[in-house]
Amino acid sequence: MDGIVQLQRQLVDYNASLFHEGFLDDQFNQLQQLQDESNPDFVVEVVTLFFEDADRLLNELTKALGQPSIDFKRLDAHVHQLKGSSSSIGAQRVHRVCISFRNSCEEQNVEGCLKNLQQVKHEYSLVKSKLETLFRMEQQVLAAGGSVSR
Amino acid sequence: MESQNNNQNLTIQLTALVVDDNKVNRKIHQKMLDNVRVKNLGVKNGKEAVDIHCDGRRFDLILMDLDMPIMNGIEATKELRSMGISSMIVGVSSRCTEAEIQKFMEAGLNDYHEKPLNIAKLSSILHMINPNY
Repeated sequence: MDGIVQLQRQLVDYNASLFHEGFLDDQFNQLQQLQDESNPDFVVEVVTLFFEDADRLLNELTKALGQPSIDFKRLDAHVHQLKGSSSSIGAQRVHRVCISFRNSCEEQNVEGCLKNLQQVKHEYSLVKSKLETLFRMEQQVLAAGGSVSR
Repeated sequence: MESQNNNQNLTIQLTALVVDDNKVNRKIHQKMLDNVRVKNLGVKNGKEAVDIHCDGRRFDLILMDLDMPIMNGIEATKELRSMGISSMIVGVSSRCTEAEIQKFMEAGLNDYHEKPLNIAKLSSILHMINPNY
């Protein structure tokens, strides 16, 4: 029982740290509140969709910025998609970089766009790692016979 | 859609169509609707929304994204209104400029909310359709 309590405490602390450090915002809380017995894996499913979407979009952005003639309209469309998805799951830092990225696209600032791309890849990599750790910790609690509170 | 629970109570089940090209947003909005027992479908652009109405389907509520490929939310809303669709159409977008919101509203929206929708915003929308919901 002590083991479960310790795991649960670590999970609560880790979850709190993600909000405190700005990786996640209240929209992630909204997702957790939507999860119920009819769909106990809802949050993991949505976040997995986000990862797939983000991977694809970052690939498209990298290709687009590697072209000799950059299509800023197409670039902006991809960033808009990523901005939307990141906002919807509460990935606050990714969302913020996307806002800056859209400004660079609007200004047709190539250097700005390249910098923003690196920033968004970095922030995405961080939040992906953090969320994967969060889900792993949740599984550990459940495997130990504990419950995960929302 | 109505079903009768007993002689005294009439349970109204609302229906909704989620129109959004983003899979993440569609999944979230559809789950929100599932949780408040609103029967719902999702489509990925304005053309699919129009086509589903051409097939005879009707919905109490349409959550309409703005930026979508093939047919965007403004075009789809105008088309649906010209078809005589009187459903509540709520624009949901992350576009924030007043001009863009105004243009979207003028296409025939009943209301507009900035994305992401949350449970409180959805409840206020459903309450507009049926105060008892």
